[in-house]
Amino acid sequence: MSDTGHKSRTIKVDCLARVEGEGALFIQLKGDKVTDVKLKIFEPPRLFEAFLRGRHFSEAPDITARICGICPVAYQMSAVHAMERALGVVIDPAVKLLRRLFYCGEWIESHALHVFLLHAPDFLGYPDAIQMARDHRELVETGLRLKKIGNRIVSLIGGREIHPVSACVGGFYKVPSEPELRALNEDLKWAVEASIKTARVVAGFDFPDFEQDYEFVSLCHPAEYPLNEGRLVSNKGLDIDVAEYEDHFVEQHAKHSNALQSMLRGRGSYLVGPLARYNLNFARLPEIAQQVARDCRLAVPCRNPFRSIVVRSVEMVFACTEALGIIQAYTQPASPRAPVAVHSGVGFAATEAPRGTLYHRYSIDDRGLIRFAKIVPPTSQNQKRIEEDLWHFVSQVASRPTDEVTWKCEQAVRNYDPCISCATHFLRLQIERE
Amino acid sequence: MLIIGCGNLDRADDAAGLRVAAKLREMGVNARQQCGDMLALIDEWSDAEEVILIDAAITGAAPGTITTWDARHTPLPQDCFPCSTHALGVAEVVELARALNGLPSKLTIYGIEAGNFEPGDSLSPEVAVAVERAALVIAAATHWSPLLAALPKSA
Repeated sequence: MSDTGHKSRTIKVDCLARVEGEGALFIQLKGDKVTDVKLKIFEPPRLFEAFLRGRHFSEAPDITARICGICPVAYQMSAVHAMERALGVVIDPAVKLLRRLFYCGEWIESHALHVFLLHAPDFLGYPDAIQMARDHRELVETGLRLKKIGNRIVSLIGGREIHPVSACVGGFYKVPSEPELRALNEDLKWAVEASIKTARVVAGFDFPDFEQDYEFVSLCHPAEYPLNEGRLVSNKGLDIDVAEYEDHFVEQHAKHSNALQSMLRGRGSYLVGPLARYNLNFARLPEIAQQVARDCRLAVPCRNPFRSIVVRSVEMVFACTEALGIIQAYTQPASPRAPVAVHSGVGFAATEAPRGTLYHRYSIDDRGLIRFAKIVPPTSQNQKRIEEDLWHFVSQVASRPTDEVTWKCEQAVRNYDPCISCATHFLRLQIERE
Repeated sequence: MLIIGCGNLDRADDAAGLRVAAKLREMGVNARQQCGDMLALIDEWSDAEEVILIDAAITGAAPGTITTWDARHTPLPQDCFPCSTHALGVAEVVELARALNGLPSKLTIYGIEAGNFEPGDSLSPEVAVAVERAALVIAAATHWSPLLAALPKSA
């Protein structure tokens, strides 16, 4: 029998440290019936779009990198591609590959952090990675080593591991030498094997029986698993150039949130991130990653967000394999960056951050100064979808003991690896029972 | 002996540990700075027997107060060291290392009580004084005392 009855109860969980940024989750129950769900983001607006106005276009990659400490490469890549589109800059194919490697490094470090240190404790029944490490030392050590390899890639290309400084409009200020990148060879061979083992381990976790009819949205490229390039595609008919993004997606202000919620016009919420990328781009994964997914019995499409931990692990197999291929074939570009001629223009770009599609739009004047900037990060795109998941998921588990409901709701939020902001510390969870 | 100052140079008093390391270097004492991913500490100290770590702290004491912890023998209070949610902070990394049997034989943490974490590179006056004092204390404890002890006694 449930402990809920029809009593009014409020549960607060402070300092839920495995979600990034400052927000709160509010769930109201009448008996076992959910009457309200709000993902409250009360972190103050950070005003980066306003900071950018009046700054030189060349500053955008370094300013926007400061938005996030875990995915600065994503902000840099969306910024440089948008500016290059505005200014008609043509990029050397060798530089394109280096950018792809740069992004792989960020995926490896970000996915390793989330899979091993933030999400795995949920499935193994620990409050945090520290307590999990006492019983699962090898698992945590594998995660730390994978993360370190991702950090090394970002550091080698970007100059430092957090908020790298080498990316610029046109390419890089400085590129690594061939021996510097080849030095990663043995580590990356190990990383491919380690990520394959990881996928198999996490595929064995217990997953709630929960599936939703999502509209998955991600970049799709005819020849590669998407990172920097492609059209924006969904499983429900969307197929657009990034320049059309704002014709199809609209941001709305919800009273309870300081982050704008992004929706598909006339259709509502949608989902970006690993699950969307995997479902829309399975055929572009390298065979080794496809085989791992099959071995893990990971369906295509996968509609269970709790299985995102398996999908992230498959994406680590991809990122490590891709990185290994790039460093083995790497030839140092003749010039680290293409020349850039300044003129007025408008540029758009979307790239695939670890948590999903990251959209930038800039208008610049004939002196190269930014007149307008718009940035739509993945978590604001997933915010509405997280709330909808919880409406359905809490209904499934509401009759269980309150502690268990609370735990499961936190886990459901962590499925999305949300990056609520970059400077704050916790999410408060509150369940009210009437 | 490995000395590492931790923190963020762009968040006021959060730079205290980094400033102590810089001060020690000026004094000729070898000290490293760690302002990126704190998980890297586990690798950094993997070959060291004895480590001193300096970071900003929030214990509730007056700004500039210096608190030391023998982290090898006592778990660090998890809410005393500022950290981003994007990465593990010093206290979490120390406890993670303990769980993985990866702590050095001796680990002393110097926490400098912070009063301000606003953006910018200025230290609070009390913290600036504490940085000087901590550098002197660490230099004396790790380098000068052995040197003084080794000096021939005057007749």
